[in-house]
Amino acid sequence: MNAQANDAALTATSNSPERYYTYGYLDEQTKRMIRRAILKAVAIPGYQVPFGSREMPVPYGWGTGGIQLTAAIIGPDDVYKCIDQGADDTTNAVSIRRFFAKVADVATTEDTAEATIIQSRHRIPEHPLKDGQIMVFQVPQPEPLRGLEPREMETRAMHAYEEYGLQYVSLYENVSAFGRIAATAGYPVMVDERYLMSPSPIPKFDNPKLHNSHALMLFGAGREKRIYAIPPHTTVRSLDFEDYPFETQKWEESCALCAADDSYLDEVVLDDQGQRMFVCSDSHYCSDRRAQGFRGPMAGHELVDIDKGAGQ
Amino acid sequence: MAYVAVKGGERAISNAHALLEEARRGDPSVPELLVDQVREQLSLSVDRVMAEGSCYDRDLAALAIKQSAGDVAEATFLMRAYRTTLPRFGFSKPVETAAMAVRRRISAAFKDIPGGQVLGATFDYTHRLLDFKLAAEGADPVAPAPQALEPMVHPLPTISSVFSHENLLEQEARFDGDDEPFDLTREPMSFPAGRDQRLQALARGDEGFLLSLAYSSQRGWGSTHPLCGEIRMGEVPVEFIPDELGFPIEIADITLTECIMLSGFAGSAERAPQYTRGYGLTFGHNERKTMSMAIVDRALRARELGEQVDAPCQDEEFVLYHSDNVEASGFVQHLKLPHYVDFQADLLFLRKLRAEFFDRKAAAEAITALQMEPAE
Amino acid sequence: MTTALDLSNLRPGFHDPVKEGQAAFRVILDAMSNPGSMKSLSLAAQVPEDVGSAAGAVLLTLADMDTPVWLEPSLAGGELSIWLRFHCNCPLTLDPSAAAFALSKSDAALSDLNQFNLGDAKYPDRATTLILVLPSLTGGETVRLQGPGIETEAKIAPCGLPADFWSVRTEVNSKFQFGIDLMLCAGDEIICLPRTTRTLEQGS
Repeated sequence: MNAQANDAALTATSNSPERYYTYGYLDEQTKRMIRRAILKAVAIPGYQVPFGSREMPVPYGWGTGGIQLTAAIIGPDDVYKCIDQGADDTTNAVSIRRFFAKVADVATTEDTAEATIIQSRHRIPEHPLKDGQIMVFQVPQPEPLRGLEPREMETRAMHAYEEYGLQYVSLYENVSAFGRIAATAGYPVMVDERYLMSPSPIPKFDNPKLHNSHALMLFGAGREKRIYAIPPHTTVRSLDFEDYPFETQKWEESCALCAADDSYLDEVVLDDQGQRMFVCSDSHYCSDRRAQGFRGPMAGHELVDIDKGAGQ
Repeated sequence: MAYVAVKGGERAISNAHALLEEARRGDPSVPELLVDQVREQLSLSVDRVMAEGSCYDRDLAALAIKQSAGDVAEATFLMRAYRTTLPRFGFSKPVETAAMAVRRRISAAFKDIPGGQVLGATFDYTHRLLDFKLAAEGADPVAPAPQALEPMVHPLPTISSVFSHENLLEQEARFDGDDEPFDLTREPMSFPAGRDQRLQALARGDEGFLLSLAYSSQRGWGSTHPLCGEIRMGEVPVEFIPDELGFPIEIADITLTECIMLSGFAGSAERAPQYTRGYGLTFGHNERKTMSMAIVDRALRARELGEQVDAPCQDEEFVLYHSDNVEASGFVQHLKLPHYVDFQADLLFLRKLRAEFFDRKAAAEAITALQMEPAE
Repeated sequence: MTTALDLSNLRPGFHDPVKEGQAAFRVILDAMSNPGSMKSLSLAAQVPEDVGSAAGAVLLTLADMDTPVWLEPSLAGGELSIWLRFHCNCPLTLDPSAAAFALSKSDAALSDLNQFNLGDAKYPDRATTLILVLPSLTGGETVRLQGPGIETEAKIAPCGLPADFWSVRTEVNSKFQFGIDLMLCAGDEIICLPRTTRTLEQGS
């Protein structure tokens, strides 16, 4: 790919003849098709709406579902945040954020509270979301039952008739094999007590944030061509058993940089002698806390952003 | 010691792209490849990229091949991503391959098929010996191939026309009327799949995947006992009826390869025994792909024809969901993206399981040690 | 084949379909995500047949060649149908069960919601979205709402619905995932009621 040529193609001002692509990249007919699918997804919480997913200029599996959702909803007044693994500065998040800054003339931010649209792969920010915000999830496999039943014709029937016995059997087999439910990320949930749903590969640590969220949650699977949603203030229950209740991940450590003991931690290997530190996966949450004066035991180990490190 | 996060910034990305440009260009002392050269001299790559990219444009396909440094799957992806931005005007009339301006046509069914066997430009019967003359610069210009003494019959009779008086071969399924065919580029796959959806998926499908499936069928995994009824390659006109005109206009001449595979059918209570068809059609000259497609199409008709379904090539969800190389390549390669959040979740779980394992083991050893102690 | 449309009285649609369509969609999405909340959906142009800005903007935003639109019989063939054909290029259907969107501004269609598409067990998203044009979204009898998108309880008081409307709607939506998603529109105001929104009995 020729980065310069791409940039030139994408930075031309909106509706000028030089612009090779339309506002938001997608043509209006595609946007309408996606918008209709989104509305039906909101009207039937947790149900996977098939949609005519388009080929995007990034590969399938790299966020094409989330990108199509964002492209269909974003407008010039939006403030857009994009994270991957909780961080704003991971390569794919940077690449997608840059794409929308160019094709949608939109302001971008790393601040969770300031964003109107937050696109994410694998995390929900730690900062509580508020009314009016939209979370857009990139989903690799929308079908929670796919690992148990490979056939779409079968799983679609299971959802239609609310036959989720297979899922419970599988969880029960977990319990007998491991003494607990083994799912650690992409932990299945029931939405509004009707549809079984995969929350995308977020760690189960984030599952409680789906329940009665103030924000609208949109899920897009580009390769699998499905859109689904959880409206705000909707019941979302992580599956469990009475004697094996759902529980989230816990760490003995707190964040080495900001001392947070309530956030999801990444393990950072410091050498090959077993030295490691744990830091917040949510990069904005961590830097925000450090700005407020919170200091963890290894606060001297500043996270050096490659761009900032280069004095940009 | 400052910990440098392994996280890429904008600069890392643009630097990587600059390096990619440099790598694509190769040694600058060697003249740059022109898109025209790709189009004219790597024409079979161009054909494959057009077929799997679902977009008939030789210049764009050649550009995609140049830009992707010859990576055909990457070039296909470039074509698809471009194609998706084009407005859709409607659908053409079915092309009439029977009226094709044929450049190559062979049948393995009859020695003397009416109109004759037309070998055309083919690798068949070449000896696969590296031709070192091609490595020499400024080689002599290629001498023009000799012309046939008699013009070819036109239109060239088809395998269907040969069989038509006897009904030994099932009738062609013809699409007529105004019904819009299924379009995978606008609607997601749905099952059970109609033949229009299936054929579109196979025509866009990865050649390697379809080749292997066809091969597996030949080796007995869902065998269709295929016989190559006819392969033809050449040019056909494409006609389109604009709403405002109401009559067809010719919008292009395109090169197509078509293959009809014949498979025996034992017959049923309602249906006399006869030959059935598997159908393959692709943009450009793509013989291997077209033959594979025809075999897989026929294998996927197993349920319709009441045959036993137990092999991968007969399973439509398996075949159709996994034949697209843009989807497959994206998803396999997305494993390069960071997964450390889910990996961390897994690590925590694995550590807990291991701790419990060693606790149990220690407890068991303690009990064994107690039991081993000699009784007082 | 397109039939010649009489465009002599054609009123404009969106001035900038890309921007206005996006803005209108966000209002509709907000309304559908927060059932019972009233949102403003204005349109510079006047929509034919007095169906109002909100209903007009919904169709300009969402309808196209892939969505058959049903108009109640009194509107069929009128100025609104020409406006829709021209601006949205949507097919107009006389069969309510084939409609992706249906628009009604009188009671005629409301006694039998079953005539619309309630969706398929496996594809409930295929259900009709019904746009009801009402005289006003306030001032009528109060209806209390609960369901996804509503934190505790929402109240609406639209005017102009037949007395048995809510019980008819409850009956039609009783077999979730089947159901009709509603958009109540008056002038430039809109309230969305997806099939999951439950009406509470008065006094309960």
